[in-house]
Amino acid sequence: MLKGWARKMAEPLLRIEALHIVAAENDARSVVDRVSFTLESGEVLGLIGESGAGKSTIGLAALGSCRPGMRVAGGVVSFRGSDLLRLDERGLRRLRGSKIAYVAQSASAAFNPALPIGEQVIEVAYRHGLLRRDQARAKALELFRELGLPQPETFYARYPHQVSGGQLQRAMIAMALCAGPELLIFDEPTTALDVTTQLGVLAAIAEVIRRYGVAAIYISHDLAVVAQLAQKIMVLRHGRCVEYGDAEQVIQAPRAAYTRELLAAQAPSAPLAALPALDPERPARLLEVEGVSLDYAKRSVLKQVSLGLEEGSTLGVIGESGSGKSTLGRVICGLLRPRQGRLRLGGETLPAGLDQRSREQLRAVQLIHQSPDSALNPRQKIGRQIERALCCFTTLNAPQRRARLRELMAQVELGVELLERYPAGLSGGQKQRVCIARALAAEPRLIVCDEPTSALDPLVAQGVLALLRRVQRESGVAYLFITHDLAVLRQIADRVAVIKDGDVVYQGALEGLLNDPPGGYIRDLLSAVPELRIGWLEERLERPAAGDNENVA
Amino acid sequence: MVSAWIDAARRPLPRLIGTRLALSLLMLLVVSMLIFAGIQLLPGDAASAILGQSATPAARQQLELRLGLDQPALSRYLSWLGGMLRGDFGVSFSSGQPIAAALAYRLNNTLFLAGCTALIAVPLALLIGLWSALHRGSVLDRGLNALTRAAVSLPEFFSGYLLILVFAIWLGWLPSSAAVFGEMPLSTRLYFIALPCFTLILAVLGHMANMTRAALLAIQQESYVETARLKGLSPWCVLRCHVLPNAWPPIINVIMLNLAYLIVGVVIVENVFVYPGLGQYMIDGISKRDIPVIQACGLVLAAVYIALNLLADLLSILANPRLRHVD
Repeated sequence: MLKGWARKMAEPLLRIEALHIVAAENDARSVVDRVSFTLESGEVLGLIGESGAGKSTIGLAALGSCRPGMRVAGGVVSFRGSDLLRLDERGLRRLRGSKIAYVAQSASAAFNPALPIGEQVIEVAYRHGLLRRDQARAKALELFRELGLPQPETFYARYPHQVSGGQLQRAMIAMALCAGPELLIFDEPTTALDVTTQLGVLAAIAEVIRRYGVAAIYISHDLAVVAQLAQKIMVLRHGRCVEYGDAEQVIQAPRAAYTRELLAAQAPSAPLAALPALDPERPARLLEVEGVSLDYAKRSVLKQVSLGLEEGSTLGVIGESGSGKSTLGRVICGLLRPRQGRLRLGGETLPAGLDQRSREQLRAVQLIHQSPDSALNPRQKIGRQIERALCCFTTLNAPQRRARLRELMAQVELGVELLERYPAGLSGGQKQRVCIARALAAEPRLIVCDEPTSALDPLVAQGVLALLRRVQRESGVAYLFITHDLAVLRQIADRVAVIKDGDVVYQGALEGLLNDPPGGYIRDLLSAVPELRIGWLEERLERPAAGDNENVA
Repeated sequence: MVSAWIDAARRPLPRLIGTRLALSLLMLLVVSMLIFAGIQLLPGDAASAILGQSATPAARQQLELRLGLDQPALSRYLSWLGGMLRGDFGVSFSSGQPIAAALAYRLNNTLFLAGCTALIAVPLALLIGLWSALHRGSVLDRGLNALTRAAVSLPEFFSGYLLILVFAIWLGWLPSSAAVFGEMPLSTRLYFIALPCFTLILAVLGHMANMTRAALLAIQQESYVETARLKGLSPWCVLRCHVLPNAWPPIINVIMLNLAYLIVGVVIVENVFVYPGLGQYMIDGISKRDIPVIQACGLVLAAVYIALNLLADLLSILANPRLRHVD
C-alpha cells in the first residue's frame, strides 16, 4: 500500500506516452505519431508546429477527447495516475472543466451566443458541485477583475456579441480558471487577436499561471509567443515530435533542421532581400485616393483617407482589425462606394462603382482575398477558374488561353496537373498561389492584396511573399498590401500607411516608421510584437507603453 | 427568461415589431388585391351559375344588377375592402345569408381540428427530432427517418382513404365521416375527428421532426458545444443549455410553417372526411360561383397564414440575443 502511495507521488501531473492517433477511416494515416512527454505541476509546455502538425489533437487528448474523424490507436494519457483514454464518460466528465480546463482558439466561436458570459463562466464550478452559485459568481467577478476586464458586474451580464475579441478571450481564461483546475490547455488563444490585444492577453495568461501555480500546455504556431511562457518546448511536424527540450535550448541552440527553419521564418528579417531600386527619376503615380470617407450604418469607418501609390511599387497598409484597412481595399476595388472622395488610376478618374468602370479599368485592378478557401469556387476546376479571368479580360482564343494558363501556373510555381483538380485537392498555400495566378491572368496594373498570408503557416507564407516580390520584379505590377503583421510588412512594402480608426496616422517610407517611430500608436504597435527571446514579455511589461493601460491591467 | 423579455421591451425591439406588423398588413392588402383580381379572371359568371343555362338574358341582367355586378371592378373592390374592414363579409349569392356567421362557425371547426392536430404533432415531432439527433445513426434513428419521410410523401387524399379503409372499414373502430355539428359534446367530437386528425399528423409530423433533427445536428457542430462538452457537462445539460437555445429559431420557423399548413391546407382532408370546416365551405363556394364566399375564405386563410409567419418571426427574434440586445 505504501508502495502504491509512493508510486502515486512519483507520478507526474500529466504523462503522455507513445500517444498514437490515426484518421478514423484510414488507420495508416497518423495524425499524432507516438508522442511522449511529461508535465509537472506548475510547468508550462509549448507545443509548436504548423497547421496539421497534430498540436490541437494532442491538446484535446490531454482532456481525454478526440475530434470526430480521428481515433486513438494506442498510448497512455495519464493524469495523476489515471489513464484518461481508458476512463468512462462519467469519469472523464468529473475531470474535465474541474481539474483540466480548455481555452479554445477562437473565443468568439467558443462562447454560446445565446447565454450571458457570466453564466457560461460559472457553469463548470456549480454544475460540478464545487461551488454554490453565489460563490461561483463572486469567484468569476474576482477573476474578471484580475484579468483586467472593465466593470466586472456589467461584464458578467453581457452577451458574447457585445464585447470585443480580446475581452472574450480573457473571459474564456476566467471560464477555465473558475473551477480551480490543475492543468490548462491553451489552444492558440491569441492567434486571432491583434498584436496589441495579444500582448494584454499574454500578460494575463502569464499572470494567472504564476499566481495559481497551474500547469499548462500552450499550443501555438508562433515561437516568439511560446518563448514567453513555456519552460519546455516540443516542435511537431506531421504528427511527429521533431524536437523536445528546454525552451532556452530549443530557441538558442535548435538541434533539428526543421526548428531552425521555423526560427529563420520568424527572425526579424533584414528588410527585403534585394528589392528593385526604384527608378532614379520619380516614378509615375499609379493610384491616388483623395479624401475617401465611408460609413457603415452610422459608424464612420473611413475618415478622409488620402493615399498615393507609385507604378510598380508596394504600399503596405497596416492597422488593427476594425481599423478600416480592408474597407479601403474594397473601395479601391469598387466593391464599396465611399460617401465622398475620389479615386484616380494612372491620372484618370476611377469611378466609384463597378458598373461605371470600363472593362479596361476593371482589368487594371485585381484583388487577392485573405482566405483562399472561400475565394475559390469549390465546384469548379482550378484551370476553369483561372481561364474565366482570361475570357473576361483578354481576347485570346482557346489554344492561346491554354498556353497562357501553363505560363501562369509556371509563374506562380505550380505544376500544370493542378489545373485539372478541384480546390479541395490543394493545400492552403497552393490555393493562394492559384488566387494570385487568377489575379495575374488579367495582367493588372494594381493588385489589392487583403492579408493574403494571414491564413497561412509561417513557412508557406514566406513562400507566397517571395513569389509576390518576384512577380512584381518581373511584371511591374503595383501592390496595395493590407496586413496587420509588421513582420510581413517589413518584407514586402516600399512605403507604408498606418490606419487607426479610419484615419491615416502615418504615411511614408518604411525605414522612417521602423527607425524613428513618430507617433505613440505606431510605437505601441511595434513594441507589442513578441520578440523571439526568453524574458521579452517581462521586460516589455516593466516598461509599459502609452497605449497599454487599456490592454494590460 | 422573464427578465430577458422585460429587458427586450426597453430595447428598440418595439420598433422592430412595429415594422414587421406594418409589413404584414401591407402584405395582406396586396393579397386581397390578388384574390379579387384572381376571381375576376375566373371563367363563367355568377348570374348564369345561379340561374342555370336556360335563364333569359333579361333575368340574368336583373340579377347582376341586384348583386352589384354591373359596377366597375375597382369600385366593387373598394366597397368589398371597406366592408371587410368593418367586419361585414357580405352576403352569400347562393344562400342569401350573411357570410360572417357561417364563416365564424366553419373557421372555428377548422381551428379545432388544426389545434388538436398541433397539440399532438408538435410535441411528438420535437421528441422524435431530439431523440434522433441524440442517437444519430442508430437503427431507430434511420428507421424513424425513413418512416417520417414516407409519411410526408403520401398525399392526404391517399393516406386519408387508407386510414378509412383500415380503421373504419376493416377494423370498424372509428367513423369514416367527421360530420360534426354544433351541439356535439367534446368527447364525441374528438371521436369523430380522430381519423382526419391522424391524417394531418402524418402530413406534418415528418417535416417538423426532420427539421428539428437537422437544426440540432447543425448546432452540435458548433465550437461552443465542443467547449461545453470539454467543460465536463452532462450530455443532457449540453443539449438543454447550449444546443437548444440556439436551435429554437429554425425549429420555430418550421413549426409555424406547418401550423399554417394545417389551417390552410386542410381543404383536401376536410373534403375526404366531409368535415364542415373552412376549406369545405370554400370548395362549396367555388362550385356555386359564390364570389363573396370565395373572397372571404381566401382572405381569412391568407390572414391566418401571414399572422402565423409574423408570430414565427417575432418568436425567432425573441430567441436570438443578438436581435434582442441591440447595442
